[in-house]
Amino acid sequence: MGFPYMASENRPLSPHLQVYRWQITMALSILHRMTGVALAVGTLLLVWWLLAAAAGPAPYETVQSFIGSWIGRLLLFGWSFALFYHLCNGLRHLAWDAGWGFEIKTMTTTGWLVVAASLVLTLISWVLGYAALGSWV
Amino acid sequence: MAFKTPLKTVRGLGSAKDGTHHWWAQRLTALALVPLTIWFVASVAALAGADHAAFLQWVSSPLVTMLLILLLVATFHHAQLGLQVVVEDYVHNEGAKITLLIAIKGLSVILAVASIVAVLRISLGAGI
Repeated sequence: MGFPYMASENRPLSPHLQVYRWQITMALSILHRMTGVALAVGTLLLVWWLLAAAAGPAPYETVQSFIGSWIGRLLLFGWSFALFYHLCNGLRHLAWDAGWGFEIKTMTTTGWLVVAASLVLTLISWVLGYAALGSWV
Repeated sequence: MAFKTPLKTVRGLGSAKDGTHHWWAQRLTALALVPLTIWFVASVAALAGADHAAFLQWVSSPLVTMLLILLLVATFHHAQLGLQVVVEDYVHNEGAKITLLIAIKGLSVILAVASIVAVLRISLGAGI
Protein backbone atom coordinates (compact mmCIF):
# COMPACT_ATOMS: atom_id res chain seq x y z
CA MET A 1 0.00 0.00 0.00
CA GLY A 2 2.03 2.98 1.12
CA PHE A 3 5.35 1.16 1.21
CA PRO A 4 6.91 1.06 -2.25
CA TYR A 5 10.03 -0.75 -1.02
CA MET A 6 7.96 -3.77 -0.09
CA ALA A 7 6.95 -4.27 -3.75
CA SER A 8 4.66 -7.10 -2.78
CA GLU A 9 3.20 -7.34 -6.30
CA ASN A 10 6.49 -8.37 -7.88
CA ARG A 11 7.78 -10.81 -5.35
CA PRO A 12 8.59 -14.21 -6.83
CA LEU A 13 6.13 -16.93 -6.00
CA SER A 14 7.17 -20.48 -5.40
CA PRO A 15 5.78 -22.64 -8.22
CA HIS A 16 2.89 -24.82 -7.16
CA LEU A 17 3.68 -28.42 -6.26
CA GLN A 18 1.82 -29.80 -9.30
CA VAL A 19 4.17 -28.24 -11.86
CA TYR A 20 7.27 -29.92 -10.49
CA ARG A 21 8.76 -32.88 -12.31
CA TRP A 22 8.73 -35.78 -9.88
CA GLN A 23 12.16 -36.55 -8.51
CA ILE A 24 13.44 -39.08 -6.02
CA THR A 25 14.28 -36.47 -3.39
CA MET A 26 10.80 -34.98 -3.31
CA ALA A 27 9.06 -38.36 -3.47
CA LEU A 28 11.11 -39.62 -0.52
CA SER A 29 10.48 -36.45 1.46
CA ILE A 30 6.72 -36.89 1.06
CA LEU A 31 7.03 -40.60 1.84
CA HIS A 32 8.91 -39.79 5.06
CA ARG A 33 6.00 -37.72 6.29
CA MET A 34 3.39 -40.24 5.13
CA THR A 35 5.15 -43.16 6.80
CA GLY A 36 5.50 -41.05 9.95
CA VAL A 37 1.76 -40.46 10.12
CA ALA A 38 1.07 -44.13 9.28
CA LEU A 39 3.38 -45.27 12.07
CA ALA A 40 1.67 -42.97 14.54
CA VAL A 41 -1.60 -44.71 13.64
CA GLY A 42 0.20 -48.06 13.88
CA THR A 43 1.02 -47.44 17.54
CA LEU A 44 -2.65 -48.25 18.17
CA LEU A 45 -1.95 -51.89 17.29
CA LEU A 46 1.07 -51.90 19.59
CA VAL A 47 -0.99 -50.49 22.46
CA TRP A 48 -3.82 -52.95 21.79
CA TRP A 49 -1.33 -55.84 21.75
CA LEU A 50 0.24 -54.86 25.09
CA LEU A 51 -3.10 -54.13 26.80
CA ALA A 52 -4.53 -57.43 25.57
CA ALA A 53 -1.50 -59.36 26.80
CA ALA A 54 -1.85 -57.75 30.23
CA ALA A 55 -5.59 -58.53 30.26
CA GLY A 56 -5.19 -62.29 29.80
CA PRO A 57 -4.85 -65.19 27.35
CA ALA A 58 -8.25 -64.75 25.65
CA PRO A 59 -7.84 -61.05 24.68
CA TYR A 60 -4.25 -61.82 23.64
CA GLU A 61 -5.54 -64.62 21.36
CA THR A 62 -7.97 -62.14 19.77
CA VAL A 63 -5.12 -59.81 18.84
CA GLN A 64 -2.94 -62.69 17.65
CA SER A 65 -5.68 -64.02 15.37
CA PHE A 66 -6.27 -60.52 14.00
CA ILE A 67 -2.55 -60.12 13.25
CA GLY A 68 -2.52 -63.62 11.74
CA SER A 69 -5.44 -62.88 9.39
CA TRP A 70 -4.64 -61.74 5.84
CA ILE A 71 -5.70 -58.16 6.56
CA GLY A 72 -3.60 -58.20 9.75
CA ARG A 73 -0.58 -59.50 7.88
CA LEU A 74 -1.08 -56.93 5.11
CA LEU A 75 -1.27 -54.10 7.66
CA LEU A 76 1.75 -55.42 9.51
CA PHE A 77 3.72 -55.74 6.28
CA GLY A 78 2.89 -52.14 5.39
CA TRP A 79 3.79 -50.95 8.87
CA SER A 80 7.06 -52.88 8.89
CA PHE A 81 8.07 -51.29 5.58
CA ALA A 82 6.97 -47.86 6.86
CA LEU A 83 9.03 -48.40 10.01
CA PHE A 84 12.20 -49.41 8.15
CA TYR A 85 11.76 -46.64 5.60
CA HIS A 86 11.20 -43.99 8.28
CA LEU A 87 14.18 -45.38 10.22
CA CYS A 88 16.58 -45.39 7.24
CA ASN A 89 15.44 -42.05 5.88
CA GLY A 90 15.53 -40.69 9.44
CA LEU A 91 19.23 -41.57 9.54
CA ARG A 92 19.57 -39.68 6.25
CA HIS A 93 17.91 -36.70 7.94
CA LEU A 94 20.26 -36.95 10.92
CA ALA A 95 23.22 -36.96 8.53
CA TRP A 96 21.88 -33.78 6.91
CA ASP A 97 21.50 -32.24 10.36
CA ALA A 98 25.17 -32.98 10.92
CA GLY A 99 25.87 -31.10 7.69
CA TRP A 100 26.64 -34.11 5.53
CA GLY A 101 25.22 -35.20 2.17
CA PHE A 102 23.75 -32.06 0.65
CA GLU A 103 25.23 -32.45 -2.87
CA ILE A 104 22.50 -33.32 -5.35
CA LYS A 105 24.37 -36.44 -6.50
CA THR A 106 24.87 -37.60 -2.91
CA MET A 107 21.21 -36.93 -2.12
CA THR A 108 20.05 -39.06 -5.03
CA THR A 109 22.44 -41.87 -4.13
CA THR A 110 21.50 -41.91 -0.44
CA GLY A 111 17.83 -41.72 -1.45
CA TRP A 112 18.01 -44.90 -3.53
CA LEU A 113 20.14 -46.52 -0.84
CA VAL A 114 17.40 -45.81 1.68
CA VAL A 115 14.77 -47.38 -0.59
CA ALA A 116 16.90 -50.48 -1.14
CA ALA A 117 17.84 -50.80 2.53
CA SER A 118 14.26 -50.50 3.74
CA LEU A 119 13.05 -53.12 1.25
CA VAL A 120 15.85 -55.53 2.20
CA LEU A 121 15.32 -54.99 5.95
CA THR A 122 11.56 -55.51 5.57
CA LEU A 123 12.13 -58.79 3.74
CA ILE A 124 14.73 -59.97 6.28
CA SER A 125 12.40 -59.28 9.19
CA TRP A 126 9.58 -61.23 7.53
CA VAL A 127 11.87 -64.15 6.74
CA LEU A 128 12.95 -64.14 10.41
CA GLY A 129 9.33 -63.86 11.49
CA TYR A 130 8.22 -66.84 9.42
CA ALA A 131 11.24 -68.85 10.59
CA ALA A 132 10.27 -68.09 14.21
CA LEU A 133 6.65 -68.98 13.46
CA GLY A 134 7.84 -72.43 12.40
CA SER A 135 9.94 -72.84 15.54
CA TRP A 136 7.06 -72.19 17.96
CA VAL A 137 4.68 -74.66 16.39
CA MET B 1 24.16 -6.66 11.21
CA ALA B 2 22.36 -5.91 14.45
CA PHE B 3 18.74 -6.27 13.41
CA LYS B 4 17.99 -8.20 16.59
CA THR B 5 17.68 -6.46 19.91
CA PRO B 6 20.06 -7.81 22.56
CA LEU B 7 17.11 -9.28 24.46
CA LYS B 8 15.97 -11.20 21.38
CA THR B 9 19.48 -12.58 20.94
CA VAL B 10 19.66 -13.65 24.55
CA ARG B 11 16.29 -15.39 24.43
CA GLY B 12 17.23 -17.06 21.16
CA LEU B 13 13.63 -17.89 20.35
CA GLY B 14 13.47 -16.67 16.73
CA SER B 15 10.39 -15.61 14.80
CA ALA B 16 8.31 -18.60 15.85
CA LYS B 17 8.96 -17.63 19.50
CA ASP B 18 9.59 -21.26 20.22
CA GLY B 19 13.35 -21.64 19.98
CA THR B 20 14.99 -24.87 18.90
CA HIS B 21 13.57 -27.08 21.63
CA HIS B 22 11.03 -28.87 19.43
CA TRP B 23 13.60 -29.57 16.73
CA TRP B 24 16.18 -30.80 19.23
CA ALA B 25 13.71 -33.06 21.07
CA GLN B 26 12.69 -34.59 17.72
CA ARG B 27 16.34 -35.38 16.85
CA LEU B 28 17.13 -36.83 20.30
CA THR B 29 14.06 -39.08 20.34
CA ALA B 30 14.95 -40.13 16.76
CA LEU B 31 18.46 -41.04 17.88
CA ALA B 32 17.11 -43.04 20.83
CA LEU B 33 14.63 -44.81 18.57
CA VAL B 34 17.31 -46.13 16.18
CA PRO B 35 18.62 -48.91 18.46
CA LEU B 36 15.29 -49.34 20.26
CA THR B 37 13.35 -49.92 17.02
CA ILE B 38 15.89 -52.37 15.62
CA TRP B 39 15.77 -54.31 18.89
CA PHE B 40 11.97 -54.22 18.93
CA VAL B 41 11.47 -55.43 15.35
CA ALA B 42 13.99 -58.23 15.82
CA SER B 43 12.24 -59.27 19.05
CA VAL B 44 8.75 -59.17 17.53
CA ALA B 45 9.94 -61.23 14.56
CA ALA B 46 11.36 -63.80 16.99
CA LEU B 47 8.06 -63.78 18.91
CA ALA B 48 5.91 -64.51 15.84
CA GLY B 49 3.51 -67.28 16.80
CA ALA B 50 4.46 -67.20 20.50
CA ASP B 51 1.64 -68.08 22.89
CA HIS B 52 0.46 -65.89 25.77
CA ALA B 53 2.72 -67.50 28.39
CA ALA B 54 5.82 -67.10 26.22
CA PHE B 55 4.90 -63.48 25.52
CA LEU B 56 4.46 -62.70 29.25
CA GLN B 57 7.76 -64.36 30.00
CA TRP B 58 9.49 -62.21 27.39
CA VAL B 59 7.96 -58.96 28.69
CA SER B 60 8.77 -59.79 32.34
CA SER B 61 12.51 -60.04 31.79
CA PRO B 62 13.92 -56.91 33.52
CA LEU B 63 15.89 -55.80 30.47
CA VAL B 64 12.91 -56.22 28.13
CA THR B 65 10.61 -54.36 30.55
CA MET B 66 13.05 -51.46 30.65
CA LEU B 67 13.64 -51.37 26.90
CA LEU B 68 9.89 -51.58 26.18
CA ILE B 69 9.17 -48.62 28.47
CA LEU B 70 11.99 -46.61 26.90
CA LEU B 71 10.66 -47.52 23.45
CA LEU B 72 7.13 -46.45 24.36
CA VAL B 73 8.24 -43.12 25.86
CA ALA B 74 10.47 -42.28 22.89
CA THR B 75 7.89 -43.46 20.33
CA PHE B 76 4.97 -41.44 21.67
CA HIS B 77 7.11 -38.38 22.28
CA HIS B 78 8.53 -38.56 18.75
CA ALA B 79 5.10 -39.26 17.20
CA GLN B 80 3.56 -36.30 19.02
CA LEU B 81 6.33 -33.97 17.85
CA GLY B 82 6.04 -35.19 14.25
CA LEU B 83 2.24 -35.03 14.08
CA GLN B 84 2.40 -31.53 15.57
CA VAL B 85 4.53 -30.34 12.63
CA VAL B 86 2.16 -31.96 10.13
CA VAL B 87 -0.84 -30.21 11.69
CA GLU B 88 1.01 -26.87 11.87
CA ASP B 89 1.88 -27.18 8.17
CA TYR B 90 -1.53 -28.10 6.79
CA VAL B 91 -4.22 -26.86 9.19
CA HIS B 92 -4.58 -23.11 8.88
CA ASN B 93 -7.78 -22.52 10.81
CA GLU B 94 -6.53 -21.41 14.22
CA GLY B 95 -9.33 -23.05 16.22
CA ALA B 96 -9.08 -26.39 14.43
CA LYS B 97 -5.30 -26.29 14.66
CA ILE B 98 -5.19 -25.76 18.42
CA THR B 99 -7.92 -28.35 19.00
CA LEU B 100 -6.00 -30.94 16.95
CA LEU B 101 -2.70 -30.13 18.65
CA ILE B 102 -4.23 -30.57 22.10
CA ALA B 103 -5.99 -33.78 21.02
CA ILE B 104 -2.73 -35.23 19.64
CA LYS B 105 -0.83 -34.32 22.77
CA GLY B 106 -3.52 -35.76 25.05
CA LEU B 107 -3.88 -38.95 23.02
CA SER B 108 -0.11 -39.50 22.94
CA VAL B 109 0.13 -39.19 26.72
CA ILE B 110 -2.89 -41.47 27.28
CA LEU B 111 -1.62 -44.18 24.91
CA ALA B 112 1.90 -43.97 26.35
CA VAL B 113 0.68 -44.29 29.95
CA ALA B 114 -1.81 -47.06 29.09
CA SER B 115 0.82 -49.16 27.34
CA ILE B 116 3.47 -48.57 30.01
CA VAL B 117 0.98 -49.62 32.72
CA ALA B 118 0.27 -52.78 30.69
CA VAL B 119 3.99 -53.57 30.48
CA LEU B 120 4.41 -52.99 34.23
CA ARG B 121 1.36 -55.11 35.08
CA ILE B 122 2.83 -58.00 33.13
CA SER B 123 6.32 -57.46 34.48
CA LEU B 124 5.24 -57.17 38.11
CA GLY B 125 3.10 -60.26 37.80
CA ALA B 126 -0.33 -58.64 37.88
CA GLY B 127 -1.07 -60.05 34.44
CA ILE B 128 -3.12 -63.23 34.52
